[in-house]
Amino acid sequence: MSFGTKEFFAILSLVVLGLVSVSLGTAELSFEVLYLSRIPRTLSCILAGASLAVSGLIIQILVRNKFVEPGTTGATESAMLGVLIATLFAPSASIFIKMVFAVICSLIGTFGFLSLARTLPNDQPLLIPLVGLIYAGIIGAGVTFIAYQGDLLQYLGVWMSGEFSGILSGRYEILWFAAIAALIAYMSANQLTVIGLGESTTVNLGLNYRHVMLIGIATVATVSGIVVVTIGILPFVGLVVPNVVSRIFGDNLKQTLPIVAFLGGVLVLTSDIIGRIVRFPYEVPAGTIFGIVGAAVFLYLLLRKPAHG
Amino acid sequence: MINISNVSHQIGTSVILDDICLEIPSNGITAIIGPNGAGKSTLVNLIARQAALQNGRIAIDDLDLSSTATEALALKMALVSQSVGVASRIRVKELIAFGRWPHNKGVLRETDKNVINLALERFDLVELQNRFLDQISGGQRQRAFIAMAFAQETDWMLLDEPLNNLDMFHARALMQELRSLTDHGNKGIVMVIHDVNYAARWSDNCIGLQSGKLIFSGPTNEVLTPKNIKDLFKIEVSRVSCGSQQLFDHY
Amino acid sequence: MANRQIWLLVAGLLLSSMIYLLWGLSGNISFILELRSKKLLTLIAVGGAIGVATILFQTISANRILTPAIMGFDALYILLQTLFVFILGGMSIALLPNSVVFMGTSGMMVICATILYQFLLKKDGQDLHVLILVGVIFGLFFRSITSFMQRLIDPSEFAMIQSSMFASFSSVDGFSLIISCILILTCLAVIFKHSRLLDVLALGREMAVSLGVSYIAHQRYFLIIISLLVCISTALVGPITFLGLLVSAITYHLAPKFKHAQLVSISFLLGALFLVLGQTAFERVLRLQSTLSIVIEFIGGTLFLYLVIRGRLK
Repeated sequence: MSFGTKEFFAILSLVVLGLVSVSLGTAELSFEVLYLSRIPRTLSCILAGASLAVSGLIIQILVRNKFVEPGTTGATESAMLGVLIATLFAPSASIFIKMVFAVICSLIGTFGFLSLARTLPNDQPLLIPLVGLIYAGIIGAGVTFIAYQGDLLQYLGVWMSGEFSGILSGRYEILWFAAIAALIAYMSANQLTVIGLGESTTVNLGLNYRHVMLIGIATVATVSGIVVVTIGILPFVGLVVPNVVSRIFGDNLKQTLPIVAFLGGVLVLTSDIIGRIVRFPYEVPAGTIFGIVGAAVFLYLLLRKPAHG
Repeated sequence: MINISNVSHQIGTSVILDDICLEIPSNGITAIIGPNGAGKSTLVNLIARQAALQNGRIAIDDLDLSSTATEALALKMALVSQSVGVASRIRVKELIAFGRWPHNKGVLRETDKNVINLALERFDLVELQNRFLDQISGGQRQRAFIAMAFAQETDWMLLDEPLNNLDMFHARALMQELRSLTDHGNKGIVMVIHDVNYAARWSDNCIGLQSGKLIFSGPTNEVLTPKNIKDLFKIEVSRVSCGSQQLFDHY
Repeated sequence: MANRQIWLLVAGLLLSSMIYLLWGLSGNISFILELRSKKLLTLIAVGGAIGVATILFQTISANRILTPAIMGFDALYILLQTLFVFILGGMSIALLPNSVVFMGTSGMMVICATILYQFLLKKDGQDLHVLILVGVIFGLFFRSITSFMQRLIDPSEFAMIQSSMFASFSSVDGFSLIISCILILTCLAVIFKHSRLLDVLALGREMAVSLGVSYIAHQRYFLIIISLLVCISTALVGPITFLGLLVSAITYHLAPKFKHAQLVSISFLLGALFLVLGQTAFERVLRLQSTLSIVIEFIGGTLFLYLVIRGRLK
């Protein structure tokens, strides 16, 4: 198949899914419903999925490890911490302010993880995601504790499984920021690939290592913060999508980044659709669905290495 | 006698052992030699029933490995280990006491205590008996493991490259000890050896494996010839006389 | 030496139990005492069960980092519980006595856990990191499916199992408690009977096989006991992820000797002591309700991180 045909099918499937998503629901289809709820919801699925997948890819490059994603670096939990703090101290603040808090905390959390990861030996590839998971878990315990003290546990629970049911026009637009962040990453694709080769190679090739690192980290933190604020946690997207794409298409960032974004958007949209169909008219959060599928794929990736004789 | 008939072993698509048929006579030291990846360790593991037999049959003193209870086999053969996994805080005496497990299931009786003390003396561990395993040297640790296998009071002892981490002094001491176990104790010892000369000097029988195939097997003074060694290791060696012994110059 | 520590721990446990029961006693004394005794018994049973299950698990998996909780045992239990409700419907669950529900779920748990984890442990030469990661992901996986099923269950039916899902130390009913204690004591008796065998298993697979112990069969046997202990503690109070790790780390520190008779006793007492002291501190001293488990998660998680990084892997 030529590249053109593949592209065509890709866009076709996206359109089909979009149409399905837009027509699902209990309300009467009207322009208002479309404008206020359905289209924003569909768009936010795609945007969230795409930017999460891309930020997963970026952090995999930065940490040089295929098994990490924002959720295993403490970025998501730190973002939650940020929102929680914002909610506690400025409950009536706009969603934008909360997002800013989330992003800042996410940045701090991600930096924390990266410095931790730097102390780890490179020859044990699974150590880093493991450490990241525990690190995220510890922050998560802290988040739960604060939520408990501030009587916000239920509020927290709603977030823990990322869902799109609360998306309305006017509430989701900041996701476009996430998409922009991901786009910036795309434009730095070549530089990021070089970073993936290591610090000495990067310096050798005349690139400013810290600079590109910072862009990468900022992207990841921004995306995490924004997605958490609007939707909650969508686990495994950032991990599974880049891995699957890498297995099929290789690691040329300029080529694979759009595919990763596309696949991320499509998969999250599909999860959302499934979530809406499976127990119509009730909804199952997309995060829960993807949690199951994502975990299964991750387990498969972990356990599949056959004995090399 | 250990009878090995048509034993093959595969891991994934790699053939580790290819239709091995041989007999290992009781009472004496049998050395298994060969280049890396020949399947020596796998063979010993199969004999020691550490790995499951895929094809073929192994019988030790007429006890078929697949149909005999593992407890009965533990009274027949002892594999000398090199490590204790997580349980590193064991004293030497306690380790040797574990060797009595097949006989007493953990309950120490008079006979057990006697055997343990005998083992301690035999392997010069009396002064070290209350030290922890991780407090003694590699050579001493090796002795402790052999003492444990000795305490198991079996007809057979199996060792997988026991000389690797030993210096010259301890390596020779070990071989001397194994020699005395066969000369005075009627034991059959099967060991994987890396250095041809240890096999030449100390073993009664020799088995040569290469890429999973049996190249030769028989009494050492008959099969350990420069020609066979060349077939096995693809290297020219010359025989050297050392007193009454024959050794090989492969340097 | 170890015996002295055991007596010290027993004394400590008795003392803290007394404090828990009697501190700030006022008003309707007999009622409060009864309530507190139930809670105390729960704390001791659960703490002890988790401590022992962890030590056992670490022996049969030949390492000092993995615990049943880290491997997702309790998440599996909750999943099966939810599955049970899903299949039978909340109505029937409400009609069945608690003990039957418990036994049904535990039965399923024991079978599933044993098959699943023996499969994992059997992968010889499996890198420890893979095992840990797989365990953590198993936990996430089971929790996601549980979350999914919870959505599928009718909300009214869900309310019926909700109390057991989010059980806490204060909501246990007397009958279940008694049954649980009996079961735990039975498990303990079995473990003590096999304590010498456990010592041999702790030497590792190679040595155990050489000494004529059927390693795989016994691994399975003890996995069953571990599953049972996890079932009981999760059914009583829900999942506490890192208590086991904390208890086992301290146990090995206090009693580095390998004899399981002592390891098991110490881990039981430590686990119980941990929970009783912790609960006393939180409930009476700090007046913070129900946050003990979170603090345990926090401290335990940090310890876990430390252990993994410091490479204290074997």
